[in-house]
Amino acid sequence: MNRLVVGAHYGLMDWLAQRVTAIVMAVYTLIIFAAALGGATASREAWHSFMANGFIRYISFLFIVSLCYHAWVGVRDIWMDYLNSAALRVILHVLTLLALIGYAGWAVQIIWRL
Amino acid sequence: MPEMTKPRPKHLALHQIRLPLAGYASILHRVSGAGLFLMLPLLVWLLQLSLSPSQESAALFSAVMGNLLVKLILLGLLWAFLHHFCMGIRILLIDVHVGVEKQQAHNSAMAVMIISLALTLVFGLKLLGA
Ligand code: HEM
Repeated sequence: MNRLVVGAHYGLMDWLAQRVTAIVMAVYTLIIFAAALGGATASREAWHSFMANGFIRYISFLFIVSLCYHAWVGVRDIWMDYLNSAALRVILHVLTLLALIGYAGWAVQIIWRL
Repeated sequence: MPEMTKPRPKHLALHQIRLPLAGYASILHRVSGAGLFLMLPLLVWLLQLSLSPSQESAALFSAVMGNLLVKLILLGLLWAFLHHFCMGIRILLIDVHVGVEKQQAHNSAMAVMIISLALTLVFGLKLLGA
């Protein structure tokens, strides 16, 4: 097959991005789970000092960015599957994107202030 | 009845469609992803309250976490995350051609359903109890 559907191959990139972000989130989840077993969630103070650690802040940042990118690709796929009206689709894509960018800023700001 | 005269559905009669287990697990992967997305503001807000140094935030966090409706929502999100997580790993394994055979795919879908429900029970008891 010798057909170029889009110039940027964005379908493949998004597919790959969703896999990479999924792996980042899965690893982060296991790290947080292990930390919780080790007592990081035992008290407010323990939780705060755990999350304030430089390395944890670094991977929390990666997690937040991964989550928002992953959710963007995933939710956009859902809109594309169920919405037939191009206008409605564009509106919801934009709203989804704006919401996720806002959440990312909000969550990063929580982590980065610690 | 010959194959050609078999009445075909002219529309998708959702209540008549029977899916294999992996089909349901797959739909639930989508439902769980959508649910997590919709509830993200709640989760970020709880993260904020859990990490804020102020006394008011600490009190508000305890009050919110003690609310029955919030507990139910969090229980649902716990299941959503666990199902999405387990199913996500299954999808990634199938992407690299692990567990592609029909029987294996059925078994892994079953494992995803059972493991995520069992873990929801374990973590859920901690969430509701604590
Ligand atoms: C450890 C965490 C996670 C893993 C391992 C994971 C894994 C995956 C994978 C592999 C896919 C691709 C499915 C496919 O191509 O068929 C996917 C889709 C999706 N994910 Fe996640 N995910 C995770 C967290 C999240 C979170 C936190 C959200 C929401 C905020 C989310 C929302 C979605 C959505 C909406 C889709 C699209 C579903 C569909 O098209 O049916 N995921 N996920």
